Amino acid sequence: MFDGYLLSVLIWLPILGGILTLFAGDKVAARPVALVVSVLTFAISLLLWTGFNAEGYQLQFVELIPWIETFKINYSLGVDGISMPLILLNTFITVLIVLAGWEVIQKKPSQYMAAFLIMEGIINGVFAAQDAMLFYVFFEAMLIPMFIVIGIWGGDNRIYATIKFFLYTFFGSVFMLVSLIYMYTQAGSFAIADLHNVKLGLTPQILIFLSFLIAFGVKVPMWPVHTWLPDAHVQAPTGGSVILAAVMLKIGGYGFLRFSLPMVPDASAELAWLVIFMSLTAVVYIGFIALVQSDMKKLVAYSSIAHMGFVTLGFFILYPILKNTGSTEGSLMGLQGGMLQMISHGFISGAMFLAIGVLYDRMHTREISAYGGVANRMPWFAGFFVLFAMANTGLPGTSGFVGEFMVILASFKANFWIAFLSATTLIVGAAYTLWLVKRVIFGAVTNDQVSELTDINKRETFILSVLAVFVLLLGLWPEPLVHVMNDSLVHVIEQATTSKLVK
Amino acid sequence: MQLIPMGFEVPNFTPAIPEIFLLAGACFVLLADLFISDKNRFITYLMAQVVLLITAGLVLTNFGSATVSTFSDMFVLDPMAQVLKVALILVTVGVFVYSRDYLRDRQMYRGEYFTLGLFTVLGMMIMVSAQTLLLIYLGLELLSLAMYALVAFRRDDGRASEAAMKYFVLGAIASGMLLYGMSFIYGITGSLYLDHIATYMSSNPVMQNVGLLLGLSFIIVGLGFKLGAVPFHMWVPDVYDGAPTSVTMFLGTAPKIAAFAMIIRLLAEGLGDMVQGWQQILAILAALSVVLGNIIAIAQTNIKRMFAYSTISHMGFVLMGVLAGTQAGYAASMFYIITYAIISMGGFAVIIYLSHNAKEADQLDDLKGLSSTHPWVAFMMMLFLFAMAGVPPTVGFYAKLSVITVVVDVSYTWLAVLAVVTSVIGAYYYLRAIKLMYFDKSDENTSTETIAENNLDGAKPSVANNNSLDFTVLLSINGFAVLLLGILPGGLMALCLRAIQSSL
Repeated sequence: MFDGYLLSVLIWLPILGGILTLFAGDKVAARPVALVVSVLTFAISLLLWTGFNAEGYQLQFVELIPWIETFKINYSLGVDGISMPLILLNTFITVLIVLAGWEVIQKKPSQYMAAFLIMEGIINGVFAAQDAMLFYVFFEAMLIPMFIVIGIWGGDNRIYATIKFFLYTFFGSVFMLVSLIYMYTQAGSFAIADLHNVKLGLTPQILIFLSFLIAFGVKVPMWPVHTWLPDAHVQAPTGGSVILAAVMLKIGGYGFLRFSLPMVPDASAELAWLVIFMSLTAVVYIGFIALVQSDMKKLVAYSSIAHMGFVTLGFFILYPILKNTGSTEGSLMGLQGGMLQMISHGFISGAMFLAIGVLYDRMHTREISAYGGVANRMPWFAGFFVLFAMANTGLPGTSGFVGEFMVILASFKANFWIAFLSATTLIVGAAYTLWLVKRVIFGAVTNDQVSELTDINKRETFILSVLAVFVLLLGLWPEPLVHVMNDSLVHVIEQATTSKLVK
Repeated sequence: MQLIPMGFEVPNFTPAIPEIFLLAGACFVLLADLFISDKNRFITYLMAQVVLLITAGLVLTNFGSATVSTFSDMFVLDPMAQVLKVALILVTVGVFVYSRDYLRDRQMYRGEYFTLGLFTVLGMMIMVSAQTLLLIYLGLELLSLAMYALVAFRRDDGRASEAAMKYFVLGAIASGMLLYGMSFIYGITGSLYLDHIATYMSSNPVMQNVGLLLGLSFIIVGLGFKLGAVPFHMWVPDVYDGAPTSVTMFLGTAPKIAAFAMIIRLLAEGLGDMVQGWQQILAILAALSVVLGNIIAIAQTNIKRMFAYSTISHMGFVLMGVLAGTQAGYAASMFYIITYAIISMGGFAVIIYLSHNAKEADQLDDLKGLSSTHPWVAFMMMLFLFAMAGVPPTVGFYAKLSVITVVVDVSYTWLAVLAVVTSVIGAYYYLRAIKLMYFDKSDENTSTETIAENNLDGAKPSVANNNSLDFTVLLSINGFAVLLLGILPGGLMALCLRAIQSSL
């Protein structure tokens, strides 16, 4: 089914569905229409998985239509083992977001649902685009629905947060635009494959690398350009936080794999220390910052930054390994770890934000001190919360463990101290997460509000159980995912270690 | 070299038929209007629109044909002129549609508005087709004189008169500069014809010729004034602010297209071989324009002034394409200026939409809560603002993309970086406007009061619903054009490139 245009369907079905939802009316039809569209999109996206051939790194489900011929820009789509799982993650999470907003969103639900569906389509476009300019268009267009989501349905300080979010990301990406244009003038094409092959001198490479670092570093976000994230997360409605943490941050990681490493390998090697330094700072320092948060969402937001530090660490650890051992053996584990961490963080952070949303809907506060002894009133919820918290700390058997463990193992090949510092997350991460659990879930019921809490309803149970299944599945049996990504990652390593310097 | 060839022969009128028709039409409307009472002013409006549309149709009948010169080669109809003429006529048609309700509500619904409008279009069309320095100047003056009168159209308003005065004085200085520069060029090259000037330039060492350089500088100063590029931008905010909004809309759209044509005719066609000379000057003008325009716009609380500064920054982008000195560069600027006219027309239309009998909605705060009172208009405004900020998928992004591409191509990468950084700064004030519309609540008290007042007067309860259907329909078309051209920009880009390639 959909031979030859499956990816287009995955991009345009949610966008058109979103527009339909917009006109469906707030009272009756908006929610069911949104649910049908999102479930349908998810179902269709499963065809990607079933039809995917994991052997080889070649792009699959390719589409190519000339778009702007003056600049040789094509509407060119395709996925490999790196982008395919991310598209699935996106379509899956969107279904949960529609469900999670079902009763909670009373203000203009049609616009809310429409924004998320349109965003789903655009994000699919980001992952599927094989033309740098098409990628950039989707990359930027994504800001508009998110800007509106935070600005309309957000918390008290939403306007500050949303403008900060927009400007940070916009600022980051415009430098990437100049870099892409520069490479276009060298390569004569915006096709990502052509940009992978164009020869560049070291100075241009370094400048391009830095511009990518700003663009994707803001998106990931990496220390020290992370400060928009806690604001955006805290102010965003639950759905916004979930899509932000679960999917949007991954675009930054994806950008490093698709753009930085293959396009400017020499500069990547040259400046890997910088990325590794920034990643370690995120892992260690941001972990400590998470420890002192008094707002639950902020705590999870900071823990997201720390966890995403593993992603970038895993990607760039390949250069120290190469330098240290003289071969790229072992670096594959770092990249696989980074990718697994991205997918797993998608599930875990999504689950954490949804769980906090459940509490917020009942108590209308995110302050940790307002809670205590929730387990006494919401035993089912407490069970889920503890599971996700454990996954967040990286408990073996959950998905959080696999990625981090692989990255730490890979780091040992490079340098003991890198591995040591990154491993401190096992302690710090456990500290802030478990302390959160202790203060919110356990203990005696602290106040009247908590004592009036009701346990999760069927809808909430469904959402959280689906996520729990995936968190465990990915933790116990990551093999299928690793298999799908393997050849594409091997190819990235090959590209990333082949010099592109002009002779 | 002779200015006018000896021996008179009947010129080929065909290329100039649209202009001739427009002139006759404008005179006819001017006379006919005398016999139309205020009540039936609609007829004047309709006649003006019909004249414009027929003129556009006449231009289109020759569309795609090869370049023709006439009137002893003073006047040319090449593909670039065709595209630009159609664009500026259609923009004027749009401006007239948007203006009608506004003028009616303010006792300015008079025939002169439309007649003057027609004469400005005539002036612009002449500028677009001019092949001699003199004809460029004549077209420009026809445009400017009619425009001065339009700015002063609300005679009893002090600010409008002040704006008109400023515009007139500075416009006159600019014209003087331009003319002075032209006289230098004429004195040295001995010809008013652009192609003769170009021939002279290509066969003589021009960069060592102080006289020519001086002439070039004066011409650029004149052009800078007309375009409103920093540091010749002082008149822009005052005139934009003081003029009636419908005139501001006109001023900020169609004449920019004509100014672009003038720049191409003068710099690219006539002084093309001095590209090293004007490239650097334009680079500085462009850099100053994008920086100053975007930064000062942040401090504005008046939308019209904000748009004025935003125009200044956009003109910086237009200059960037021109300064590349390549066909791709001119085409990029052409694409930019045409799409900018469409976007900015829409932006001003929303301001007009919000204005009503009681007051001018020219403060940013007037946008507050627009999404809950007029969701559709707010959505359109959001499209226009994102387009001005250059955020995909609106067409504004592709305009910036194409300009920045050519700038990088000629190794002015620093300018490209500066341009994108300032567009981030620019994004802030566009976002602020969107924030006011979407995230803020309208001042409940004032709006309910106004409604109550209106009810007492027996007027319609809602403040801005007195706009005609054609206004709303055009606004929607305008908004969708911005979006659609953003999703499929290829056609217009290719058209611009073809037009430039076959004209220069």
